Amino acid sequence: MASASPAGLIKNKTAVAGIGQTAFGKGLPDTELSLACQAVSIALDDAGVDPSEVDGVASYTMEPNREVDVARSVGLGDITWFSQVGYGGGAGCGVVGQAAMAVATGQCNVAVAWRARKRADPTSRPWAQAARRLTDTQQWSRPFGVIRPVDEIALLTRRYMHEYGGTRDHLANIALAFRKHAARNPASTMGHKPMTRDDYMNARWISEPLCLYDNCLETDGALAVVVVSAERARDLKQPPAFVHAFAQGLPPQHQTMTNYFTDDPLRGPAWTAAKRMWELADVTPADVKVAQLYDAFSPLIILSLEGYGFCERGEGGPFTDDGNIEWPNGRLPVNTSGGGMSEAYVHGFNLVLEGVRQIRGTSTAGVAGADVSLVTSGEGVPTSAIIFTRDT
Amino acid sequence: MESGWLLPDLDDPTTQEFWAGCARGELLVQVCGDCDERRMPPRPMCPRCRSTAVRWEPTSGRGRVWSFIVAHPPLLPAFAAVAPYNAIVVELDDDPSIRFVGNLVARAEGEINEIDPATILIDEPVRVVFHQIEDVALPRWVRA
Repeated sequence: MASASPAGLIKNKTAVAGIGQTAFGKGLPDTELSLACQAVSIALDDAGVDPSEVDGVASYTMEPNREVDVARSVGLGDITWFSQVGYGGGAGCGVVGQAAMAVATGQCNVAVAWRARKRADPTSRPWAQAARRLTDTQQWSRPFGVIRPVDEIALLTRRYMHEYGGTRDHLANIALAFRKHAARNPASTMGHKPMTRDDYMNARWISEPLCLYDNCLETDGALAVVVVSAERARDLKQPPAFVHAFAQGLPPQHQTMTNYFTDDPLRGPAWTAAKRMWELADVTPADVKVAQLYDAFSPLIILSLEGYGFCERGEGGPFTDDGNIEWPNGRLPVNTSGGGMSEAYVHGFNLVLEGVRQIRGTSTAGVAGADVSLVTSGEGVPTSAIIFTRDT
Repeated sequence: MESGWLLPDLDDPTTQEFWAGCARGELLVQVCGDCDERRMPPRPMCPRCRSTAVRWEPTSGRGRVWSFIVAHPPLLPAFAAVAPYNAIVVELDDDPSIRFVGNLVARAEGEINEIDPATILIDEPVRVVFHQIEDVALPRWVRA
């Protein structure tokens, strides 16, 4: 069916064949560049591919480490394709998907994509480094104390609660589910700290209606993936996670993070990415066995559940009730490694690796029969999403 | 005097008319010079007709609270000093498609933490006032 459309051009043509990650933590001694190189190196070893074979590189525009520096340290080969994707947490699936496009179209044969950052130091947070005189769209929000990403998303959250009756209990469902998942994941930074609903309800406010536990972590660490053709992936060490469908999303009139000015501010980039992605895919939301949804803030889960079509608008909150997003028995286990809120916050790239582990069957909260695994990047910013499949 | 507040650059060609209006006590909105489409935030081209002609028109300065937050630390020092404080989004009575981020205050000269946050309601009516910080008149909102 898709063969008549350019839509089918990259479907199942590539796979993630290698994944690698460093330790996650606060105050890791290594530099960001060292962390990036270690993650890429581990991913190449995981795939069983020599660094000299790497001829494509994808990274976030916010990545502090340049391609040239990573390539020179890891010993990458002649690179014939390199690209970056913008908008912070919206870029995670974007860099992997664009790498898949580059491999599928022959611009390169072996692409690596990574994200490395040291964010545990409070002075490293972008909002704390704001220029005093604002020339971009921040001039319409920051002079009024809407300074941090949490403030920006809290304004949308309050409106959502007003329009649809969402509650803090829904947000707590999300925080508690991810903490439970993290408890199974030895790589997570918060798995050793159980959370109760009382802990959530009694946590200090950060930006009402959002409390401390509605926020992602701040983490040092790095992760990387290796993308090759589907044929090559079948011959490598690991079970391939095929890139079945990929899309980015930037809707009309969208303003990143402070999207208060459109006719329908609660219909964000997820809807745009989802529409194209499902058009490109042979599967539907009902086929998705497990999802990694970008969780810089808990309300983004609710918006993403709606945007990617797992429920109707306004039903994302109730969707989280009754353990529906929890492993192992939930209708759709979400963020099975603990996600950005309880595993590590590395701009959503850890979600990509967990999506791959679900296909491989190596997640610490593996969903039985997970043959279709969704990963999404940041809602509230120009975004991206990928469907990984076990079979082609 | 340096306030430590985050403030707009008043010399941005796309937005300086807005801030000049605030300095005169007027809440302006950018309007397409050709097709009369209103747009907020300002931008250099009309997304409806692609004209680069613009004019600026006063609004009623009256609206309703569309959403609000109450911000708590950690914050930048100038903002932490008045935390917890509210921030609101207002949609205009004369054109609900035009929204502004602001603060609900008891009086123009007051701080952004003088309204009890528990009393703020979505849809409550507000009107604009202007609060001077350094060389900028910031539009804030009082209960109407």
